[in-house]
Amino acid sequence: MCGNEALAEAAIRAGCRFYAGYPITPQNEIPAYMSKRMPEVGGVFIQSESELAAINMVFGSSLTGTRAMTSSSSPGISLKQEGISYLAACELPAVIVNIMRGGPGLGNIGPSQSDYFQAVKGGGHGDYHQIVIAPASVQEMADLTMLSFDLADKYRIPVMILGDGILGQMMEPVTFGTSLDCVPRQARDFARDKRDKGQGTRDGKDWVLDGCKGRKPRVIRSLILKEEDLEKFNLKLQRRYKEIKDTEQRCEILYEEDSEIMLVAYGTPSRIARSVVEALRKKGKKIGMARPVTLWPFPVAALKKLAKKVKSFLVIEMSCGQMVEDVKLSIDCARPVHFYGRTGGEVPEEGEIIEAIENING
Amino acid sequence: MDKIFDKPESIRNNNTHYCPGCGHGIVHRLICECVDDLAIRERLIGIAPVGCAVIAYDYWDFDVTEAAHGRVPAVATGIKRSLPDRIVFGYQGDGDLGAIGTAEIVHAANRGEDITIIFVNNTVYGMTGGQMAPTTILKQKTATTQSGRAQKTHGFPLKVCELLSVLPGVVYAERVSIHNPQNVLKAKKAIKKAFENQISGSGFSIVEVLSPCPTYLGLSPQDAVKWIGEELTKEYPLKVFKDFA
Repeated sequence: MCGNEALAEAAIRAGCRFYAGYPITPQNEIPAYMSKRMPEVGGVFIQSESELAAINMVFGSSLTGTRAMTSSSSPGISLKQEGISYLAACELPAVIVNIMRGGPGLGNIGPSQSDYFQAVKGGGHGDYHQIVIAPASVQEMADLTMLSFDLADKYRIPVMILGDGILGQMMEPVTFGTSLDCVPRQARDFARDKRDKGQGTRDGKDWVLDGCKGRKPRVIRSLILKEEDLEKFNLKLQRRYKEIKDTEQRCEILYEEDSEIMLVAYGTPSRIARSVVEALRKKGKKIGMARPVTLWPFPVAALKKLAKKVKSFLVIEMSCGQMVEDVKLSIDCARPVHFYGRTGGEVPEEGEIIEAIENING
Repeated sequence: MDKIFDKPESIRNNNTHYCPGCGHGIVHRLICECVDDLAIRERLIGIAPVGCAVIAYDYWDFDVTEAAHGRVPAVATGIKRSLPDRIVFGYQGDGDLGAIGTAEIVHAANRGEDITIIFVNNTVYGMTGGQMAPTTILKQKTATTQSGRAQKTHGFPLKVCELLSVLPGVVYAERVSIHNPQNVLKAKKAIKKAFENQISGSGFSIVEVLSPCPTYLGLSPQDAVKWIGEELTKEYPLKVFKDFA
C-alpha cells in the first residue's frame, strides 16, 4: 500500500465520513481511494470544482459533527488557506492533508518541505494556529492520521498532516489499528469519555448544527464586530493553543544520552538522516537525531533538553531553511545550529549529509 | 377581536440593522413565514452570506452558520450531504453569488445538490459602500461606476437565473420581486415552492429576489421600489425560468 492509500484507509477507520478534494499530483491516490471506500462505509465523497469549494464543503460537513477531511498538495493548499482560517475561527475540527511538492508557484511534482512556514505559522489570515503532524513512514501515515482526527475533535481545531511526495508515493507494509487503539492515551480517553456521556447528537459533540429540535437554536460564525469581544475570543483561542503546546508536543530522539552532534529532521529527510546516524555510529561517532512528529506545537521542550547536552545541531530539510528557525528559537540559540537543505524537488543524499557533518567539525 | 397578523415564530424579536426601505427585512420575513407554514424550523440549517445580511442569524430563530464570501453553496453541500434529512438553505447577495462565488453556485447547481438558494439581487454592494455588483445594469451609477456602468469597461449585467436554468441539475429557477405587495405575495409563493422541492427531495432550487437598496441607489424608498418596477424588471424579467420539480 502506498502512503497516500494508507492515510486514506486510516481516515476511514478513524471514522471520517466526508471527503472533498480536487485532483493534484502527488496526492491523487487519496481521492481515488476515497471515491471507492466512502460509499462502502456510507460516507460521502465529492470531487469538488476547486480547492476553495473542497475546504468549504469540509467546513459544512464538520459543523454537522461529521469527521471530515480534504487533501491536496502545495498549490492547492494555498487555495485552502481561506477556509482553514474560517475553520479555526469557528472552532471546527477538520483534517487537511498536504502532500508537499516543489514550489513556489506551480513548481514541480517532486517531494518538498517548502510549505513548512505556511503550515506552522498560520497560512491564512488572523491570529490562529493549526496542529501540524509530520509522518515519516507509511505506517505513520496511517497511525498519525487516526491521531489527527482525535486531536481535531479534542481541541476543535484544524489539523494538517504535512507529508511530501515521497511519503505519499512510497510503498511499505502497514497494519491498521482502530482509531482508539493506536492513539496516545489522553486523546483516546477523551474520545471515549465524550462518547460515553452521549453529549450532543453526533459523537458526543454538543455544539453541532443539526436542526434545533429540543434545544435552542445555535449559530456557528466568525464575525465578531465589537473589538473587545473579538479580542476576548482571540485570547480564548490562545489559551487553548497554550494547552496544546503544553500537552501535545511529540518528538522521537535517537541516541539522546551521548550525542555531540544532533541532526534535526522530519518526514522523508529524517529517514535519510537515520541511515546517516546509524552508519556514523558504527564508526564510533557520537551523533543522534531529533525527529519532530508535531511541527506545531514544535517540540520545544525536547530540544531545550538536548541543547544542554549536545555541542551542535544540524537541521536537514527539503527546503531552503524553514524549520531551522524554530530549532534556533527553541534553544534560544544556546548552541550552534547548522543547516543543510535541498530544494526544488531534490532530496538530500546520505553522502551530502555526511559532508555537511564533516564541515561542522572542520 | 381575532389576531390576523403576527410575527412568524421563526423570527427573533430584534430590530434589524437594515437601512430604511431595504428589502432584506421583507425577504427574511418571507423565509420565516414559509419555514413556519412548512413546519421545518426544527430540521432547518440556514447559511448567512458575507454582505449586509451577514448577521441574518440575529433575526432568524433556527440553526444558522455563516460562510466565507461566496462559499455558501459549498458549505450547503457539505451540510446537506452529511445530514440528508435536514433542510438546508443558503441566503446570498449579488456579489456573493454572482461574483466571488460564481464557481460555487454553478457547480452546486450542476451537481443538482438538494438545497435551496435565496438570491437577493439589489444590484449594488451595500455593505462596502455601494460599489458595482455583477448585476448592476448598464448606465447605473455606483461608487465604482461613477459615470454609469459601461459595457466596454465593466461588462454586462449577469443574468443568474438565465444562466443557471440551462443546467440539468437545476429543477426550479424563478425570479421574483418585492417592489409592491402583490409581488411580495408572489415572492413568498416562490420561496415556499423552493423549500417544498427540497422537502420532497427534488433537487436544486433557486429563487432570485429583486430587492431595493435605496441607500446606494441614491433614491427614496418609494422611488427605489418604483425603479425596480419600471426599470429593473425590464433588464431582469420576472418569470419562472424552469420548473421541473
